[in-house]
Amino acid sequence: MKAIYERPRALKDIVTHYCPGCTHGIAHRILAEVIDELGIQGNTVGVASVGCSVFAYNYIDVDFQQAAHGRAPAVATGIKRVLPDTIVFTYQGDGDLASIGAAEILHAAARGENITVIFINNAIYGMTGGQMAPTTLEGMRTTTTPLGRQPASQGYPLRVAELLSTVEGAAYIARCSLHNAANIAKAKASLKKAFETQVQKKGFSLVEFLSSCPTNWGLSPQEALKWIEEKMIPVFPLGEFKVKEGEAR
Amino acid sequence: MAEVVLMKGNEAIGEAAIRAGCRYFFGYPITPQNEIPEYMAKRLPEVGGVYVQAESEVAAINMVYGAGGAGARVLISSSSPGISLMQEGISYLCGSEIPCVIVNMMRGGPGLGGIQPSQSDYFQATKGGGHGDYKLIVYGPSSIQEMVDIMFRAFSVAEKYRNPVMILGDGMLGQMMEPVSFPDETPPPDPRSRPWATTGNRGGKSKLLSSIILDPEGLDAHNWRLQEKYRRVEEEEVMWDLENAEDAEWFLVAYGTMARVCRAAMTMARREGIKVGLLRPITLWPFPKQAFEAVLPRARGFLCVEMSTGQMVEDVKLSVEGKAPVYFYGRTGGAVPVPRAVLKRIRDMVSGKAPSITDYYDRVAGGEIK
Ligand SMILES: Cc1ncc(C[n+]2csc(CCOP(=O)(O)OP(=O)(O)O)c2C)c(N)n1
Repeated sequence: MKAIYERPRALKDIVTHYCPGCTHGIAHRILAEVIDELGIQGNTVGVASVGCSVFAYNYIDVDFQQAAHGRAPAVATGIKRVLPDTIVFTYQGDGDLASIGAAEILHAAARGENITVIFINNAIYGMTGGQMAPTTLEGMRTTTTPLGRQPASQGYPLRVAELLSTVEGAAYIARCSLHNAANIAKAKASLKKAFETQVQKKGFSLVEFLSSCPTNWGLSPQEALKWIEEKMIPVFPLGEFKVKEGEAR
Repeated sequence: MAEVVLMKGNEAIGEAAIRAGCRYFFGYPITPQNEIPEYMAKRLPEVGGVYVQAESEVAAINMVYGAGGAGARVLISSSSPGISLMQEGISYLCGSEIPCVIVNMMRGGPGLGGIQPSQSDYFQATKGGGHGDYKLIVYGPSSIQEMVDIMFRAFSVAEKYRNPVMILGDGMLGQMMEPVSFPDETPPPDPRSRPWATTGNRGGKSKLLSSIILDPEGLDAHNWRLQEKYRRVEEEEVMWDLENAEDAEWFLVAYGTMARVCRAAMTMARREGIKVGLLRPITLWPFPKQAFEAVLPRARGFLCVEMSTGQMVEDVKLSVEGKAPVYFYGRTGGAVPVPRAVLKRIRDMVSGKAPSITDYYDRVAGGEIK
């Protein structure tokens, strides 16, 4: 009998600590599938960030460094400069990447650092209990925007993929969603393209995943997926924002 | 014999690191240490190394984390405000046990302070600096030749204990020129020769460099294991220098640039018949308590001289344990005590007119002492 669906080799056989309905698990799985398909498991170093995915190394079976909050792109830069032929990726939440680590992600892109960034946008700080993130939607309630995010005093959500696509050093920038099977398939294709960009030494690549956080959104897993489709996608449109063609460097 | 060349301190630091097998440097401009990144930007590509100007000192120290964790020999340098920004990263390096060498060419603080030499980051360097129970191994060289020699030692000690090492210099040591000769070159290490380095699992067991341990028992055990390592460092790595200790009754205690000033003052005092010695800590952590034990039976007093308002003097008092009086003289903000001023304090100490440390602070505040 031929197996048509199994656990990717790069995914450890361990129950995750993620909440029911959280899409971190889906992102992990497609990441592991891409690692398998590209045959890079033995030559990859991951950088885990600070957030719910801090323990990503417990699930993804590659060498890992755990970075300080927001600094994963700097840590990845250090690794990649020492091991230019090793595949290096970071896995970061929106608080980590777009708030405290805004400088590090921008400058890693500006340097055209040949790394891949997996960016989980769940519009909230998950690990610390549901505070406002830089990607929190206008009017969205969080524990630190109890009346809903008020742009007049709390600003507007940051569109990371669009922002980074203006940077010369960025080679591949895309935004995908993890709310249904069709979109997960597209997300995986994008992620694979991002890693291929790195394999071909074309420069900085980033894939933003719109993700659910049912626990901190106060929704059921199913409602949360619907919320991504109805509320997040209009603010964070999907697609490829930058695809640098041409020669590898 | 090795060739002797005349070199600026900051450039000698860079050259020494390269000859000690360092091929990676991450930095951010700040006076008075800019010659270090500038030198590395020019020299590293010549030897197949990599120089990256980071977007901030915060990013730079985290690049060091990544590169050191990938098994490379890495140098980073800055001056006081930049070193303050690195403290979180340094805590992570200690927690994850990643070796590297950090140079701080100290300038005056607090805040933006000034750009002149200072020794006011002693507490930050030797007592932790960032969060958590950790220790840096800290050297306080007092000549360019000693900085060069210590650079070689620093990398091997950092790697032996898998711990960051700090070389605590000051603007004066960085900016002045002296003749130096370099030890034989050491080749850069192969990252894959380090079993703990994250270089890709090659089909084997995946490696992890991390400082998060949520289980209280686990974190407690990790901390005590680190402490056990620090005890070994205390036993094996402490360094100091004693001058004129044979007959000395009065001791100057100083490191770095101040040790040079004190040496001149010691010579002047000896001409007056005052039996002065110089106790010069070379490792600031671990602090050379043993040196004090050796001279205490004869010592009638210690005068600690610093370019700060009195930081190392606390370790001097802890080492002397009340068995002899301890006095202090210091200037800050780039005002460097001159030998004549130190001589005056030596005379005061000998004649019993030196103020206690508390009185000293009051009299400085009152404008009585300059
Ligand atoms: C310097 C620092 N500041 C704050 C924190 C606390 N902290 C831990 S996780 C986190 C937010 C993470 O949110 P996000 O990046 O969106 O990831 P998520 O948990 O939602 O997956 C914060 C603020 C920290 N660990 N370090």
